[in-house]
Amino acid sequence: MKKLLLGNEAVARGLYEAGCSFVSSYPGTPSTEITEAAAKYDEIYAEWAPNEKVAMEAAFGASFAGKRSFCGMKHVGLNVAADPLFTISYTGVNGGMIIGVADDPGMHSSQNEQDSRHHAIAAKVPMLEPSDSEEALEFTKLAYELSEKYDTPVIMKMCTRVSHSQSLVETGGRVEPEQKPYVKNIQKYVMMPGMAIKRHPVVEQRTLDLIQYAETTPINRIEEGSDKSVGIITSSTSYQYVKEVLGDKHPVLKLGMVNPLPVEKIKKFAESVGELIVVEELDPIIENHCKTLGLKVKGKELFGLLGEFSQNLVAEKLGEPVPEGYTLEDEIPVRPPVMCAGCPHRGLFYTLKKNNVTVLGDIGCYTLGAAAPLGAMEYTICMGASVSGIHGFNKANGGKSDGKTVAVIGDSTFMHSGVTGLINIAYNESNSTVIILDNSITGMTGHQENPTTGRNLKGDPCTKIDLETLCRSVGIKRVRVVDPYNLKECDDVLKEELGVDEPSVIIARRPCALLKYVKHPGPISCDSTKCVGCRSCMNIGCPAISIVDKKAVIDNTLCTGCGVCEQLCKFGALGAKKEA
Amino acid sequence: METKNIMIVGVGGQGTLLASKLLGQLLSTKGYDVKVSEVHGMSQRGGNVVTYVRYGDHVYSPIIDKGEADLIISFELLEAARWTQYLKKGGRIVTNSQQVNPMPVITGAKEYPADLEKKMKDKGINIDAFDALALAEEAGSSKAVNMVLMGKVSNYFDFSEETWLEAIEHSVKEKFIDMNKKAFHLGRNA
Repeated sequence: MKKLLLGNEAVARGLYEAGCSFVSSYPGTPSTEITEAAAKYDEIYAEWAPNEKVAMEAAFGASFAGKRSFCGMKHVGLNVAADPLFTISYTGVNGGMIIGVADDPGMHSSQNEQDSRHHAIAAKVPMLEPSDSEEALEFTKLAYELSEKYDTPVIMKMCTRVSHSQSLVETGGRVEPEQKPYVKNIQKYVMMPGMAIKRHPVVEQRTLDLIQYAETTPINRIEEGSDKSVGIITSSTSYQYVKEVLGDKHPVLKLGMVNPLPVEKIKKFAESVGELIVVEELDPIIENHCKTLGLKVKGKELFGLLGEFSQNLVAEKLGEPVPEGYTLEDEIPVRPPVMCAGCPHRGLFYTLKKNNVTVLGDIGCYTLGAAAPLGAMEYTICMGASVSGIHGFNKANGGKSDGKTVAVIGDSTFMHSGVTGLINIAYNESNSTVIILDNSITGMTGHQENPTTGRNLKGDPCTKIDLETLCRSVGIKRVRVVDPYNLKECDDVLKEELGVDEPSVIIARRPCALLKYVKHPGPISCDSTKCVGCRSCMNIGCPAISIVDKKAVIDNTLCTGCGVCEQLCKFGALGAKKEA
Repeated sequence: METKNIMIVGVGGQGTLLASKLLGQLLSTKGYDVKVSEVHGMSQRGGNVVTYVRYGDHVYSPIIDKGEADLIISFELLEAARWTQYLKKGGRIVTNSQQVNPMPVITGAKEYPADLEKKMKDKGINIDAFDALALAEEAGSSKAVNMVLMGKVSNYFDFSEETWLEAIEHSVKEKFIDMNKKAFHLGRNA
């Protein structure tokens, strides 16, 4: 019987069925569930690595040893892992190797909407792009065959709508490929100039061979249509939108392999139709390929470069009818994501705002500290950039920003790439203050373990990296630990550390309020006879507090009893519920 | 048959994903082609969330677009109003009448629009608004709002009650099955 699986779960199923035995990844929406699902198969060793570069190199090591391996990441994670990618392209593989990458058009949970196809082109490695869960499973199995046949890592490119959509999948059994023998081969694997020069032509020949494959593979297929005045070339989730709108009206060339692209197949398709239209999200990669073949084609002039597509967009641009819904006259207020009630980050960000410091931020739940009413963050770039950036900011200001600026970074992000920035602060001696928001989990992506939590991906106890020891050992003498629920302690320690003339680290430590093992005291209440409606408690942006008829009201379904708001109330109105 | 479109909307953390899991489970056992599209990650942190459930003979797109939803199941009144543009002409909204203030309302920058249920009715929308939270608490947990809503919408499907109860058994942890079934019944009879 067919099973309903997320695209990400289907990739994991494909890994299982194809005999993959090693997975190393770093979590990142929308890619995370591939690795979580893979970890559920006993036959697969699966781990969270500290970052994507480590994950890819570990997966390469497993391939080098002769096993089928996988590493997974989001689009921006592939930037971190780009260094090994470009050279693994030259060495090729021993056991098959797949790199799973999930793009996020529309930026549901990302800092940019880069198109990962550029990486496949630049690194000259093949890229497969499924359009639903069934293909995600099939393409994963195919990717291992291609990897081993063409001696190359293969990128499986997902996107939010394929990763996070469930569709029906026919599952099969696992094949257990024999471990390929490890044979010492310096010419192939030691990429110093003399050897790498000889590998580059191998890569170029491989691309030519893969173009031949792209001409004939059934995953690049033509679907006939009755009206040949228009022909569509498309892939991924865009294919689904096109079929939703057109059915079998116009012929469609559906590409399952998006690098390298076929030449003759596209030319032949173009000859068989009138107007050629490319429907692809983000950048005009298929479109530009068509243009280099001298074909007249429309793509981005119709669909644009931004965001996600949908069936209505495709219908509108192709001149098909677009349905209409109902419109209300009222303005519907937006509902942006917020720090959860009881979130340990809230007290710390309140302290930063109160002290009017410049906050260089990083990637995680705590990026929400930038939102009103806290508004305590002034930049967010990429994983680790807070720690590296504060050093440059303080050096550039010649001491003017020392004592007025902090970097904030989460525990997992610090392990990912914050620690290297901290080494730079120690080594090149800037008077920088770094705050590690240690909530004992990787929060934003949905609670993944990391090197500081003491548990591994399978949930088993393991070596716990001690943040205090790590920071001291790289040369930071001042390492302080505070409880972010304690506003006075946060304020005192922040002032002290900003006041000293040397680098320091403040670890704000309290586990994420959503972790199952965290016990909460339970909701507090507001004594309306004491509440004067001063709104002091509203300065922390807690979703559990609102003002009704000029009095604070606590939402019992949300409040955890963290007590941060109590410390702000000068009138003693907020506090633990009195027993009736 | 023509593809049917169901949207499940609410506030991150309200349990919308369990409702879509249940529907997906039920529809796939009935032999339909099914697609369920979710959003994970940042918007789950108290932002507005939406899940699309589509079923029929062959489903292509994983998402539902404006003017396409046959049924919108809403966990919160403002969210029902937010997504009315997605409702097909003649479609139906089943919503929890609970109001959860979004941050712009909490901070006082915006107001929660008044009389939303009436305004939607005035537009000719078929809407069932009821206090699903109270029924969930009656069943034993405020977290069971999803099953109360499932109970209510089950009246608009041709599946037997047993079919729904089986799907609940497949979708929730064993120790929560009885409570969820109670919530389902309270919603079905609401």
